[in-house]
Amino acid sequence: MDKPVNNRAWFLVLPVLALVAFSAVLPLMTVVNYSVQDTFGNNQFFWAGLEWFEEVISSDRIRAALGRQILFSAIILAIEIPLGIFVALNMPKKGVWASFCLVLMALPLLIPWNVVGTIWQVFGRVDIGLLGYTLSKLGVDYNYVNDAVDAWITVVVMDVWHWTSLVALLCYAGLQSIPDAYYQAAKIDQASRWKVFRYIELPKMQGVLLIAVLLRFMDSFMIYTEPFVVTGGGPGNATTFLSIDLVKMAIGQFDLGPAAAFSLIYFLVILLISFVFYTIMTKEGETL
Amino acid sequence: MAAVAESKGRGAAIVMAAYLLFLMLPIYWLLNMSLKTNAEILGAFSLWPRNPTLDNYRTILTDPSWYMGYVNSLIYVVMNTVISITVALPAAYAFSRYRFLGDKHLFFWLLTNRMAPAAVFALPFFQLYSSIGLFDTHIAVALAHCLFNVPLAVWILEGFMSGVPREIDETAYIDGYSFPRFFVKIFMPLIASGIGVAAFFCFMFSWVELLLSRTLTSVSAKPIAATMTRTVSASGLDWGVLAAAGILTIIPGALVIWFVRNYIAKGFALGRV
Repeated sequence: MDKPVNNRAWFLVLPVLALVAFSAVLPLMTVVNYSVQDTFGNNQFFWAGLEWFEEVISSDRIRAALGRQILFSAIILAIEIPLGIFVALNMPKKGVWASFCLVLMALPLLIPWNVVGTIWQVFGRVDIGLLGYTLSKLGVDYNYVNDAVDAWITVVVMDVWHWTSLVALLCYAGLQSIPDAYYQAAKIDQASRWKVFRYIELPKMQGVLLIAVLLRFMDSFMIYTEPFVVTGGGPGNATTFLSIDLVKMAIGQFDLGPAAAFSLIYFLVILLISFVFYTIMTKEGETL
Repeated sequence: MAAVAESKGRGAAIVMAAYLLFLMLPIYWLLNMSLKTNAEILGAFSLWPRNPTLDNYRTILTDPSWYMGYVNSLIYVVMNTVISITVALPAAYAFSRYRFLGDKHLFFWLLTNRMAPAAVFALPFFQLYSSIGLFDTHIAVALAHCLFNVPLAVWILEGFMSGVPREIDETAYIDGYSFPRFFVKIFMPLIASGIGVAAFFCFMFSWVELLLSRTLTSVSAKPIAATMTRTVSASGLDWGVLAAAGILTIIPGALVIWFVRNYIAKGFALGRV
């Protein structure tokens, strides 16, 4: 389908451009500004060049946070994507039950993120939480406040609880678009369940799966509120992810220069990885 | 089709039941706590409230410093949704119908704003809105949330609009419709479900966001989510009220889901199925 070339279409895009320029470009320029200057208060700024960038890149603390962040995103993707596909395959196709499942599954997605944190903070407590209490009665030594591994497990399970439905709903939408004729043909060919999945369902879900991976990667890489409420980044620094570290630096310690340099590097990392996903995605769109 | 449904049958039902149970248990636990007194929460462990009480809810619904949090949140969420959809509609139309200089780059640049970590923008936003005197107003939060909602709205609407055949536009122009009249009278009703889905997503992401809305407000526009965090640290953990406040934040979302349930799956695929 060829779209006509019409540069007057720019007028239709102008409002968006003005709004986003105001709410994204202006603040971003502030960040760039801070990242190359130093200040001793009183609004006096000095040119610092790339000093902050060097400091950030060589900082052990930030490298450790980046490592944790990558590990976290990798674990999240490795659990949520297969689980989401699995759930989508088992959802009722239509009718009242399908609506029922859709509504219940979408519910965690609409809970404010700090409430999600609060829910799991309470749920995991050994004294008053169902999960913590049950585990301790079963003799499992579980305490997310003091134990780094338990804190990690809690944060990961919380994220799986919070976001797997998004993947499942996306895959469900992809599955809905497969015509019945495909399944009938597979039945005539006596294809096994696995082959139906591998050669019909998976290729048809490719487009939505890429959206799912992109969204889940971006959001898990930016995660802040939920782990902050549950663990506050602890015990020690065990669950201090990039955003938590950044907010500590910028608002807690008011280290504007390093925080700004950190922000830019952080943003660029996300941009780079997302650009790779996006390129793959649009290529797929053209071949379909 | 019946055969396929049968072969799914019981196994699928068990999987779904287990998954939904996993989703609902933590929410049930919060609901359970919200119906108990603090003494009961901390005293005895029980799977359901022995003496159900609505006191916690009464506390919230009669105290302005609590319930104004909900009002504030709803005000800026609705403002944000209206602004986002209004500016996104023409832009999405341009992207879905025409090719123009730099269109692909512009589209990706818009998406990059969806990828920007809120933590990066918190401090600059604070300074920007303070310097133009909008700090602690609803419109400041609404504008800040446009950062990620406008790109998303453009993306979703573009997907839905591309599903409408271009012949409809051309026929309308031949019939003598001007562009604004065509857009409002003919085109918008055609993509009504898309607008609904886009509005749902703007509502959702603005409602759940906390970092920016907390940074940009102090008293008069403070969102409910921030009210909750402060009460936790100040008054020595009033678990019952905290749980009741949490349950009340879930309700608007649940209502909105109910209205868009038939479009939700397509919406999550951003209109691209």
